Amino acid sequence: MNALKNPRIIGTFALVVLIAAAPLFFAHENYAMRVITVGMCAAIAVYGLNIILGFTGQLSLAQGGFFGIGAYGVGLLTTDYDWSFWSAFAVSVIGTAVIGYLCGLIALRTKDEYFAIFTMAIGFIIFLVISRWESVTHAHSGVNNVKFPEGGGLVDFGSPVAMFYLVFVILLICVYITYAVRRSSVGRTLLTIRTSEDLADAIGVRVGFSKQLAFAASAVFGGIGGGLYATVVGFIGPDSASLDKTFEFLMFILVGGMGTVAGPLLGSMIVTFLFELFQDFQAYRFIVLGPIIVALVIFAPRGIIGYLGGFVDKRNRRRRVAAARRSAEAAESANRGGPSGHDDAADSHVTRSGGPAAPEEKK
Amino acid sequence: MTLFIQQLFNGLALGGVYCLAAIGLTLVFGVLRIPNLAHGSLYMLGAYITYFFLTTIGVPYIAAIGMAAIILFVLGVGLERLVFHPLRNSPHTHHMIAAVGAMFFFQALAQAIWGADFRRMDTPITGELRVLGAEISAQRIVIIITAVIVLALLAWFIKRSIHGQTIEAIEQDRIGASLVGINPSMVSMLTLGLSALLATIAAGLVAPINLLSPTMGDALNLKVFAIIILGGLGSLPGAILGGFVLAIAETMTATYVSSAFGDTVAFIVLVAVLAIKPNGLFTKAVQR
Repeated sequence: MNALKNPRIIGTFALVVLIAAAPLFFAHENYAMRVITVGMCAAIAVYGLNIILGFTGQLSLAQGGFFGIGAYGVGLLTTDYDWSFWSAFAVSVIGTAVIGYLCGLIALRTKDEYFAIFTMAIGFIIFLVISRWESVTHAHSGVNNVKFPEGGGLVDFGSPVAMFYLVFVILLICVYITYAVRRSSVGRTLLTIRTSEDLADAIGVRVGFSKQLAFAASAVFGGIGGGLYATVVGFIGPDSASLDKTFEFLMFILVGGMGTVAGPLLGSMIVTFLFELFQDFQAYRFIVLGPIIVALVIFAPRGIIGYLGGFVDKRNRRRRVAAARRSAEAAESANRGGPSGHDDAADSHVTRSGGPAAPEEKK
Repeated sequence: MTLFIQQLFNGLALGGVYCLAAIGLTLVFGVLRIPNLAHGSLYMLGAYITYFFLTTIGVPYIAAIGMAAIILFVLGVGLERLVFHPLRNSPHTHHMIAAVGAMFFFQALAQAIWGADFRRMDTPITGELRVLGAEISAQRIVIIITAVIVLALLAWFIKRSIHGQTIEAIEQDRIGASLVGINPSMVSMLTLGLSALLATIAAGLVAPINLLSPTMGDALNLKVFAIIILGGLGSLPGAILGGFVLAIAETMTATYVSSAFGDTVAFIVLVAVLAIKPNGLFTKAVQR
């Protein structure tokens, strides 16, 4: 009942339904389907960034690198080693998890600017390995003809619509995980670290361990996104692991809203659309997009969902205040022997249906 | 032995370049308390603008570096005003994201103007010097001498001149400095301008040895971050020491171990330092 009245959940749901319906409009336009599917792959990686940057407040610049590991894992295993997609996918996701965990061993000891610099170095090392280790990764010639997932005779993933729904289902799982994490004690632990690491440490939060967990989780999401990207696009080059990718992800999350459940998805869709508009001058798009990102950080750091959430909070607060005032008046008149307590019950119901007070977004 | 001396001079020249680039970054960190991730792209722009003055307009080498340095100084001041100043009260992640945005903008700009291909800046200073049997190119000697002169001037500027002393005052205590009448915004602009200027000198000096490309700042960016983390964020002597140590380690590894391995030394140093001491080796206690 509460969930149905919570505008955040309704909004997220509407967005998901809207995207799920996309094949109805674009079913015969393979290019459009592909753009949307690639956007969703990126969105999965952005959900990873959301965990480490949005929830934990640590800027990870290695997300593009993990995306690249996932993509190259699937790409190389299905072509050079002729594995099936699913086993290659599983292995490369586990691989990113392991690499993410190992990097996290050092990352958990650093914070703020050291963390950002460290993860930038990791991202750059991954990019260097992929673009220079020619005997394994084919360097600049990239990987061609990545296999489609096997449908087991039931589904043909060669069709863009089937591929779309595969990525869509995995994306939904990621959205749900984000939602569940945000509501759980793990999520609150991460939010505490974002607010103040020293404070979190002082009240007994295992800061290092939580950060490592968040970092590994973000790496896994990056790996999943990258693995799917490889099979959707079919061709991957070293630029799928570059710092540019990380920058794109940052842009997605900034537009949508850091630390929100629906933000990464909405941001990915909107910015993917913008990228398509700028497609003709691919190399120069950052001349426009660079200043846009700076302006976003300065003028609208909370993103679209962040602002919508702000409105909802404000309205809820106003309602609560109004309800409290009304019940206070009712109590007062009851004291004077006025109307019955019937209104009281109704009022307290309104208060509850306003939903739990959401933690205030960090400015 | 000859090879060793040759490589030692190569290392010293590279170290001079790294020092000039790293010292600007560490100054910015000391004053603004942010790692300027766009530093490498300022270095890249500095190289291209020097190239523009030298080849397209035909100004003498030293004058070209000087003019580029002035332009980059103005650009640095503008960057502080337009990007970092409005963010001074935001969380740290926002600074870094904005800096990455600026970095991509500069790279795309350089690519739009000069193209993505590598460019060669012809060596204006030719000839070689013989030191103990080793042949050292004159350009490298020029780099070492210029670096020493610039570092000495910088030390004089920060320790002796009134404007330089304001930088140190802000580094030590921002509130205290503003109480005695120092304007923190002015000092921030001065520092960012100065760091861009130093990066340009470094870039102009090394450009005749290396090739120019819009992404030339990326690798340098990580190396200077490795240097200032090695030397402690905000520490000037640390940046100088770290610059030479890293450069010599890099050239020696490239010579005696493997040339492909040389570039990765910086990252290994960075990861190792952060793994052992997450706050850098010589970090002084800083107040926030």
